[in-house]
Amino acid sequence: MSLLEFTDKGIYCPRADVYIDPWRPVARALITHGHADHARPGHGAYLASEAAVPVIRHRLGDIPIEGIPFGETREIGGVVFSFHPAGHIPGSAQIRAEYKGEVWVFTGDYKTEPDGLSEAFELVRCDALITECTFGLPVFKWQAQAEVISEINGWWQQNAEGGLASVIGAYSLGKAQRVLVGIDPGIGPIYTHGAVEDTNEVLRAQGLALPETLRVTPEIKKEAFAGALVVAPPSALGSAWMRRLGPASTGFASGWMALRGVRRRRAADRGFVLSDHVDWTALNETIRSSGAERIYVTHGYTSIFRRWLESEGYDARIAETEYEGELLDDASGDKTGGQAGGEGASA
Amino acid sequence: MKDFAELFRRLDQTTKTNAKVAALADYFRAASDDDKMWTIALLSHRRPKRTVTTTVLREWAAEAAGIPLWLFEEAYPIVGDLAETIALVLPPKSANSEKTLTDWITVIKGLKDLDDAEKKRLVLDAWSGLDTTERFLFNKLITGGFRIGVSQKLMTRALAQATEIDENALAHRLMGDWTPDNTSFEQLVLSEDPRENLSRPYPFYLAYALEGELDALGAPADWCAEHKWDGIRGQAIVRGGELYVWSRGEELVTERFPELASLTDFLPDGTVIDGEILPWRDGRPLGFQTLQTRIGRKAVSKKLLSDAPVVLKAYDLLERSGDDFREQPFVERRSALENLVANNSAGGVLLLSPLVRFESWDDLARERDTARERGSEGLMLKRKDSPYRSGRRKGDWWKWKVDPFTIDAVMIYAQSGHGRRANLFTDLTFAVWRDDELVPFAKAYSGLTDAEFNELTRWVRRNTVERFGPVRSVKPEHVFEIAFEGIQKSTRHKSGVALRFPRIHRWRRDKTIHDANSLADLKALLPDEERPAD
Ligand SMILES: [Zn+2]
Ligand SMILES: [Zn+2]
Repeated sequence: MSLLEFTDKGIYCPRADVYIDPWRPVARALITHGHADHARPGHGAYLASEAAVPVIRHRLGDIPIEGIPFGETREIGGVVFSFHPAGHIPGSAQIRAEYKGEVWVFTGDYKTEPDGLSEAFELVRCDALITECTFGLPVFKWQAQAEVISEINGWWQQNAEGGLASVIGAYSLGKAQRVLVGIDPGIGPIYTHGAVEDTNEVLRAQGLALPETLRVTPEIKKEAFAGALVVAPPSALGSAWMRRLGPASTGFASGWMALRGVRRRRAADRGFVLSDHVDWTALNETIRSSGAERIYVTHGYTSIFRRWLESEGYDARIAETEYEGELLDDASGDKTGGQAGGEGASA
Repeated sequence: MKDFAELFRRLDQTTKTNAKVAALADYFRAASDDDKMWTIALLSHRRPKRTVTTTVLREWAAEAAGIPLWLFEEAYPIVGDLAETIALVLPPKSANSEKTLTDWITVIKGLKDLDDAEKKRLVLDAWSGLDTTERFLFNKLITGGFRIGVSQKLMTRALAQATEIDENALAHRLMGDWTPDNTSFEQLVLSEDPRENLSRPYPFYLAYALEGELDALGAPADWCAEHKWDGIRGQAIVRGGELYVWSRGEELVTERFPELASLTDFLPDGTVIDGEILPWRDGRPLGFQTLQTRIGRKAVSKKLLSDAPVVLKAYDLLERSGDDFREQPFVERRSALENLVANNSAGGVLLLSPLVRFESWDDLARERDTARERGSEGLMLKRKDSPYRSGRRKGDWWKWKVDPFTIDAVMIYAQSGHGRRANLFTDLTFAVWRDDELVPFAKAYSGLTDAEFNELTRWVRRNTVERFGPVRSVKPEHVFEIAFEGIQKSTRHKSGVALRFPRIHRWRRDKTIHDANSLADLKALLPDEERPAD
């Protein structure tokens, strides 16, 4: 019996009879983080990192969920589980499972570069590693976050001088707050779309320091947005909602913005290459440093990346999952107030 | 290269026309004459000859990136652009090059006579001194296909702003068969009496699709109408005893259409005709599959000439007796054209595109209904007193195409797109029923919104039945209305039909797969003479 298995409901630990980030309802689920493709409604019991619980509650409503601190162990059916920071969004975790000295790690979604917001990624040594590879191609190599943020500041500054609002599309959970803690609040006022502000409130309540933001409401006059930064989910760009902001330049923050074709297709004025997932370099570095000999790859360019790992001497396999990586719309990030996880609902 | 890369970034960072023109105008004000000339050349589809094959470029890039070639080849279709793929996989630059755009083009041209080892050394050297954007542009210069979202028209407008020369005058000066090697900025752009160039065409006048109702156009008596032929829009120029044929893409294509060579014997010197080059036999067009065989084919065999003979269907007269005739009202130009063509048909290759007679807009609507029968795409409406304008303009000319054919079909295969759609299943194959079997008949890539493609992508992931390399067969479940412009019999397709410009019209969520159309329904749309007897 393998310590972890891949089933049509999700990653399964038969010895403990628990699932990790399952996409169909199960009795007992361990959850890496609050994005909708990982934390779905309908499970009998949830276990997550303490820091991830408020957001998961916010999204899934009143569910039976328990949180444990990072690093603390929990024995279930003889298997020792623990949660370790994944650096993807606040509270996001990798899940470690150990049984009789054999260690497996599921990374969930992760990012090794510190972003000033999420708990810093912790490298966890293991025998078998289940890793996402959303951006597992050698064309994806991120610039340092500080450089990207300074591009955003420059864009905002220039728009402010021209009397325009700067509307940036960023996932309402994670990316939006990363932009908020990075940018220079001296340039002008910062407004947020309701979906972003709702998440802000949850994160502030658990002690995260975010700059002062103002919720966009219908009463606010268009003139107020001239020179302001407005942080909104990507699906709001180009929607009727934009009309209440007056003349605006639009930007979109996503790893996909590294590709010129995707940048152009978005029809936003500017694309900023800012991802909550590891790039090619960090992905390879993580695998190397984990010490794992067996690698399972999920969401992303799995067949290409598996072949690459094999050519590098790893025992590499594909794990079929229903996680969605970094989508261009906000389906995995923007459903609020307990409506998350509806299959096929689009942003 | 830094200022050119900065220009590129400014152009690439905006979707607003005015911002693009401003960026270009700023660049033209500051750049050296040589750099300006090359920029104009690149933005009007003139590029240095290719001196390095893309095969070796891929090998060198993979090697420099420390990845196996197969991995590079896998990444390339996902990025969708070779120059960009190379720019992205390479390690960060290790030096800083101050070479200008013209310097780099000189380097690239100089590669021509070098052996591969020398070429490689120079290319690797270039890559190591350039940042990602500069590298991308350098690669574009080497590989060609320099499309950066700026039309020749916008470039001309920016140049007009920077030089304070009239935009139309500039448009004319920039046409023709020049390269930065055989002329200078001074000669080409600034000289009032530019170098005599007999081959130089006029900018084409392009129409927009009619918006709204015909009534809004005013009195029918103010308008002429003719059929819109589906061929290759072209300009035939007879000057100095020579024929020059230009395509709308401003490519000189004289050699590709030897049938038209006899025009020089029949048309007076100083004649320029705007028309449609069209495979034609027995009084009607030969259809889009035949047209396909003549597009882009440089070598023309005897067999091709007899299978797909072309004519020039004349629309308009732009130059008469050496005089620019474009400011004359359309009716004047048209009657001069009729006189010219009535006197000869140049051995049958020069035909008038006949005007449609109509008294009322209703007459015209009835005429449009005959378009399919006649093998046309619909009608062109031209205001009687309109001059021949430059570029795409609204108001005086409108195209009024027939509505597309539509058929309800079931999606059976999906493949992910590339470039901007690498993460979505956007290349879809559709099928119709033959008894209880689904027969694929069309592929379509466009017509859904981003949100719909996202939704469909999630569905495909969960409903894949089988994988064949990059293609997935999916559970037959979703019905889409497929629109297309034409249909012909085909032995190369399993369905027995070939479609012109198929695309997704809408997602029919209200229909189940049993409501989809049958192959017989599809074949009923074939033109009369191609419909099977049964
Ligand atoms: Zn996530
Ligand atoms: Zn994910």
